[in-house]
This record gives sequence, C-alpha cells and structure tokens, in this order.
Amino acid sequence: MKRDIFPSVAANPSRRRFFKHGGALAVAFSLAPELLAQGTVSKPPPLPGSLNNNRRLDAWLKIDPAGKVTVFTGKIELGQGILTSLSQIVADELDVPMTRIVMISGDTTLTPDEGVTSGSLSIEFSGIALRYACAETRSLLLDTAAAKLGAPVASLSVSEGIISTGQGTGKSISYWELSKEVSLAHEASAKVQPKPASLHRVIGQSVPRRDIPGKVTGGLAYVQDMRLPGMVFGRVVRPPAPRAKLLSLDLAAIRAMPGVVAVLRDGNFLAVAAEREEQAIKARTAMMEAARWELPNDLPPTGAALYAHLKSVKSQDSVVSTKTSTTAAAGVKTLNAEYTKPFMAHASIGPSCAVAQWNGSQMRVWTHSQGVFPLRTDLVKVLKLAAKDIHVMHREGSGCYGHNGADDVALDAALLARAVKDRPVKLQWMREDEFTWEPYGSAMVVQMRAALDGEGKIVDWQHDLYSHTHSTRPGDTEGCNLLASWHMESPLPQSPSRNIPQPSGGGDRNSVPLYVFPQQKVVNHLLPDMPLRVSALRTLGAYCNVFAAESFMDEMALAAGADPAEFRLRHLADPRAKAVIERVAADAGWKPGAAASTANGVSRGRGIAFAKYKNLAVYVAVIADIEVNRASGVVHVSHLSVAADAGLIINPNGLTNQLEGGCIQSTSWTLREAIAFDKSRVTTRSWADYPALRFADVPAVSVSLINRPTDKSLGVGEGTQGPTVAAIANAFANATGKRLRDIPFTPEKVKAILA
Amino acid sequence: MSVTLNVNGVLRTVPAAPDTPLLYVLRNDLELNAAKFGCGLAQCGACTVLLDGQPIRSCVTPASSAVGHKITTVEGLGTLTAMSVLQQAFVDEQAAQCGYCVAGVMMTAKALLDKKRTPNDAEVRTALAGHLCRCGTHNRIVRAIVKAGQTLAKSASLEAQEVQS
Repeated sequence: MKRDIFPSVAANPSRRRFFKHGGALAVAFSLAPELLAQGTVSKPPPLPGSLNNNRRLDAWLKIDPAGKVTVFTGKIELGQGILTSLSQIVADELDVPMTRIVMISGDTTLTPDEGVTSGSLSIEFSGIALRYACAETRSLLLDTAAAKLGAPVASLSVSEGIISTGQGTGKSISYWELSKEVSLAHEASAKVQPKPASLHRVIGQSVPRRDIPGKVTGGLAYVQDMRLPGMVFGRVVRPPAPRAKLLSLDLAAIRAMPGVVAVLRDGNFLAVAAEREEQAIKARTAMMEAARWELPNDLPPTGAALYAHLKSVKSQDSVVSTKTSTTAAAGVKTLNAEYTKPFMAHASIGPSCAVAQWNGSQMRVWTHSQGVFPLRTDLVKVLKLAAKDIHVMHREGSGCYGHNGADDVALDAALLARAVKDRPVKLQWMREDEFTWEPYGSAMVVQMRAALDGEGKIVDWQHDLYSHTHSTRPGDTEGCNLLASWHMESPLPQSPSRNIPQPSGGGDRNSVPLYVFPQQKVVNHLLPDMPLRVSALRTLGAYCNVFAAESFMDEMALAAGADPAEFRLRHLADPRAKAVIERVAADAGWKPGAAASTANGVSRGRGIAFAKYKNLAVYVAVIADIEVNRASGVVHVSHLSVAADAGLIINPNGLTNQLEGGCIQSTSWTLREAIAFDKSRVTTRSWADYPALRFADVPAVSVSLINRPTDKSLGVGEGTQGPTVAAIANAFANATGKRLRDIPFTPEKVKAILA
Repeated sequence: MSVTLNVNGVLRTVPAAPDTPLLYVLRNDLELNAAKFGCGLAQCGACTVLLDGQPIRSCVTPASSAVGHKITTVEGLGTLTAMSVLQQAFVDEQAAQCGYCVAGVMMTAKALLDKKRTPNDAEVRTALAGHLCRCGTHNRIVRAIVKAGQTLAKSASLEAQEVQS
C-alpha cells in the first residue's frame, strides 16, 4: 500500500475559502494603478517587505485552537535554512515556542505570492513581513485578552503563547483559547513595532535547522522522495543540441518495451513513462539511439575567441552609472585590463525532478522551483489551463544556486502526466540532461580602465561589461521560459531578454563601485541573442563584476605603491564597508608589504577583496591564502578568512554556513568550472567533464560576524561569491607576480602564465 | 522475476529484474529515501550504500550482485528518535545545506569509522574523495565525522573501563 504522504489541499477547505477572498483582493489591487490615475482612490500605504503585496494578516498567520501557529510564506527552503530563520522570527515576535510553529511554504493555493526565492532577499522581505504581521497579531491577542481578563494590556505578559496578568499568581488565557475570537481576516496596519533587539531571545541564536534531522535519517525530504499511489516514472529525451530538429523516430518500438506506459512526442519534445524507473531509463536510452536529428552549427566559438565574439555581436548598451567632475585632479597613470568568465553550470548534485498529476481537468505539480507562482504563470501558457486549475506546490530538491532545470522539469512532468492521463508521474532528469540543458550563468567580458592622480588616488574609473541577461526565469508577461515549450510542435516564443534593473542589477550587478571616485562610467553591453541558454546563477553578474573590479583595485594599488587593504580604505566612505575590511585584516594578521614566498616549487601568497552584495545586502571582505605549484600549475586555496556585516543576525550558524558555502563554491567556480561546447552541442555531459572541487581540495574557511542589532537584517546567501574569486586572483598575483584575468584558473593557464 | 536482498538486517523480496540497479530497488521497491540518484555513473557518491561494510555506488550495482550480501543504508544506522552517533554528529555540526549528498557521505563515513575509529581531518577527506557536495558544506561534514569518531572512541573506552572494574 503506497501512502499519500503529502496532504492534499482539499483537506483544508477553510484555507480555500480564504483564497477566494484573497483572489478578489488581488483583483482590486491590480486595478489600482488605473483608478489612481483617475484620482478616484487613495494609494494604499506602503507596508514593510512582502506585506506590501500580501496585505492581510491571515495571508501570513493562523492561530490554531489546537495549540499551533501556522506560518505561510512564499519563500521556500533550498538548503539555506530560511524556514528555520523565519520560524525564529515568529517565535520571538509572538512569544511562542519553536515547537508550536508549523511552516507552510511555496504553495499557489495556500501561501502569499512572494515571487521567486532568490537574490538573498528572503529575510529582508518575508522576514520583515512576518516581524510586523506577528507584532500586530500579538497586539490583537493582547487587546482581547485584556478585555476578557479585566486587566490593562500594560499589565499583561506573554510566555509560550500564554497571556498572564501577574507573576504566576494572576489569571491567564492562551492564544489557542483566543484564536476564535481574534480575527486576522483584515489588512495589516504595520502600526505595531516589532520587538527591539534587547527583547530577542530566539533571534540571534544558532537554532538548529528544522530540516536536518530528517535529511540525515532517510526521511521524506525531497521531491525525489515522493511516492503517490499508482505513480509511474518518467524520463525525457532532449534534442542533442539547441535548435536540433527531430527527423525520425520509431515510437512503436519504444511503446513495445517492457513496462512502458506512455510515449510522448510533441514536435521535438520527447518523453516516456514506465511502470518502473529503470524501465523508463532503458526506454529513454532506446529512444536516444533510435532518434535521428538534424543539428545546426550555430554555437559561438570557444576559448579566447569566445570573448572576442561576445564583444563583436549585437548589443544593447546602457550607461549604468556616470559621474564627472571639473575639479578632479588630472590622472598621471592610467591602467587598462580585461577580465573574462566562461559559461558556468549550477550543476546541482541532484538532477531536477518533479511530480505531476492530471485528473482530466486540473493539474497538480510538486516542484523544487524557486517560484511556484511564476512557474504557474508559464504553465498556464503551455497547458492552456486557467491558473485556478493548476496547483503548484514546493517540495525541496537539491541545492539549486539559481535557476536550474527545476521549472523545466515541472513542465516535462505535467506534459507527460497528461499523456499518461490517470496516474501521477515522477520525472527526474538524467545527469546529462542537467548539464546540457540547464540555463547557464552567462559568459562575460569586463573591460576596466582607471587613472591615478599624483597622490595615489583613483580619479577616473571605467567599467564596461559584455554579457547576456542573467535572468530568463518563468513568469514573464511575454513569451514562455520553460524549455519544453520551445520544442513542441506549436512552440511558444522565448520571453524577451531583459536585464534586471539597478539598483540590484542583473549582468551589471555590483558593477557600480561602492568606492568614492570623482569620475566614473559604467556601461552594460547586454547581448540579446543567446545561442546558449542562460539565466540566473548565484550572484548573477556580480561574480564577474567583483572579480574584475576588485582585481583591478589591486592592480591600481600596486601601481600606486600602496597596500591593497589600505588602498581600499582610502577610497571608501561607508563605515560599515571599512569595518569589514579592518576586521578581516585583523583576523588574518594582514601585514602591509608582507612578502610572498616560494619554496620547493610552491609559491605562497595572499590577497584581499571586498564587496557589498548588490550594493544593498551583506558587507563581506575576504582574505585568501593560496599555494601555487609552479610545476603542475595547480592552485590550492588553503585558507579563506571572511568578515561579514549583515545587520541584525537572525541565526549566526546559519549565516556562517551560507558564507562558508559561498566561499567554497566560488573557489570551485574560480579554479575548475566551465561549460564546454563545440559548433553544435554542449560537450559537458558528466562530472568527468566538469571537475568540481572535492573534499581534499576545499579551503579552510574562518568567518567573523559583525552583528548590528539595531540595523535591519541584510541578505547573505550570495555575499562571499564575488570577494572570494577576487581574493584568490589577488593572492595569485601576490604569490607569482603574474595576474590571471581569465576564469577558471586551470593548471594549463597557470603553467602558461608562469612559463 | 524477483530478487531477494538483505537490507538493514531484513530479507526483502522485490519484483525487480536482476539487472535493475540496486538504487532503484532501494528507493522504489523498498521505499528507502536515503540513497539518492545523482549521476548514474558512479561519479558523485550520492547513491552510496554499504555492501558487507564496503561503500559501493548503488546506481551502477545490479541488484543481482548484492544477493547474499548485507546491504546497509542510512536507514539502518538510526532513526529520527534514536539517531546513531554519526547521524547525531551531523545534526550537532549542522553539516548540511541542501543535504542531498549527505546520506551517501554518511555511508562512506560509516565504513571509515568501522575500520579506523578516530580518523583525522586528512584521512576523512581522502576517504570522501569520491563524493561531491555542491553547497560547500565539506568542512562541516569532515568535522562531524571526526567528532563522531572521537565520541565513539570515548564511549568504547568508557565501556572498556566498566568491564575492567
């Protein structure tokens, strides 16, 4: 007997009723701009974070008479620990124990629409919304309790959800008893201030993650672990190359294979379902061997020629930042340099997976997408169903680090479920599906040019970047960004290439210097034609922009004869930026002018770099210690010291885990990772072709946190990626006197530059 | 067609063809979640289980070749309410982000700790050479395994003292 392990929405009719109200409310707000233009309604007051777009208290919280607080969040767990951090916020603001909090996340029928879980924004948006929603709910509960207990609110205290009039001697009443009398079915006012840091008891503690015990005991943790009654297993057969066309395939032979339940061909889209997983895989292999394809030869050149190509193709140029001065000193020394980065993969360890169930008129999809609502927007376009007939529910997958195949496989599973008809389908990609079809982080070229005055200060700074877009996620108003939709008999057009605007930026993320220069110009050359599929990879353009800008700061410091740490400080005005640099320098024992060393053919050096992610989120400074084996060309990063300021810290261990993970992943990107392709197809197909960093090679990482309890919490999930690559590059220059400007820093490139 | 396997100390007969990769028997027939599909090519370690105490890649191991051997998965180490020392060490060190790689890693760690009670940092890293982690939790994982070894050694020496006294 298979168990239906995931409770169905139908089991919660009251929530559905609410969403009827919620739907009406959403309509009212989408009409608002026109009404505003007519001057007929006043603009609703802005509310903090995601409360602004999901304004009712009961969109976020439910107090259950059975003694639970149910929290609804549109942000989802992807291994970053967000559901633990959000529950800490709720525990403190409501004065309830963690064990009474139930988290519901990422469900198109149950939770607020908070778009995509990306950009290190969950604490800043969902966290702040919950702080205000909980503070107001607590206040409503106290008001009702005061009336019932006949005591002024000021005399009441709350502990573990129980409101009391005195120190253990007076009367008391619990949240659970009050739950039916206190309505949350109205808009939040955000008039009740969340608690000050001095009253935090759970916020700021390293509360253990809610999800880890299940993950280390074989619990049901991932969408890959789902089992539904009657479920069959699916696989896709992708074209061997982008824009390849299927010439012929004998489907009858595949249908006759053992266990095969359905074979689907729709144009160039192919999928198969079978009773058993290994049968689906065998059928997939047979289809791949039997299919005949026409391959185009339309991929860009590789190696150094790729970067020349990127600078030569059609671009949409925009000035991201410009500043001129008539009083700035004249430059006496000018430097130019060009930095490059290849296409890189998310390369999630678990290939993308989804479960879909079709009942003849409605589709249910379980997915590890970062955005269940945007995914549904694109599923509507392909499946030609009303949004109300598509229910998308988040279940964890493996770490994604941005837009991988999660959304695509959800459509694959839905299409196959429709072909299978009455049985649910679990469809997982194979390793090569993920490597060859996930959207990559775009290759980039960054050209830097800057001038020093006679005092050793930068008086002019120019940053030109060439890149495809860094976001082709689903949910656009135009076109469709789900892979299978482009391959179908009646294909949908890809959504237009758009750059995420400043101040966050997309390709131009972190291209605007935080340093204070009298003159600067930053230009984004957005390359709209995308022969290789690209989208959001952790940090978007920031990884390469910080690599370039922070490497170049080092080159300028050297030209000025200055210590690189002091050189950065002399150009910074933001005291928090200075503080992380000073902290990491102290932690690592940074000594100006400390000489690099070479012994037994190994050159050792260290480098420093800094960034404030997006110029909006966490402040991070990194010092890298590296060893360069001159004969083998192998670069080993032995140690990374990190100092970070993320404002009010919610969970120090969780924050540290994110910073450490970013350091190690960035080290892997920097030393090892690049997607390979020839004229027609991607040739990176397995880990043998994509040699990610392994246990023996990872650096030690030490993290120092600067807590600022009175400042708002800042996103941290992507903060170390940029500073790490630049610190490694600067350490290499320090160790060898030569500078690597082309990622990844492979042994071949190292040997060539040291020859 | 059926295969009978000894999994976590229990004999189980499943309706699978003999050449079925052991991974799919464990996950789909026996509903054991721990071993994961990662690459199907024995390159990433996510599917690792023990065969007579030795770590193997279940994604490339035919079920038939496991017949007559003892198969151990994470589910055989301990449970949510009664975790093994190794599992508890992963919780204590918060040694996961997404956690998809961890079940495979733990089986290789189990084999290492059975062989050498208190491995050092470098020995753990060498043992985990065949495992990939993409979130960057390597150092936490290594710490968890080293500490699990120390805990096991301490409890073993306490037991030894009790036996003597």
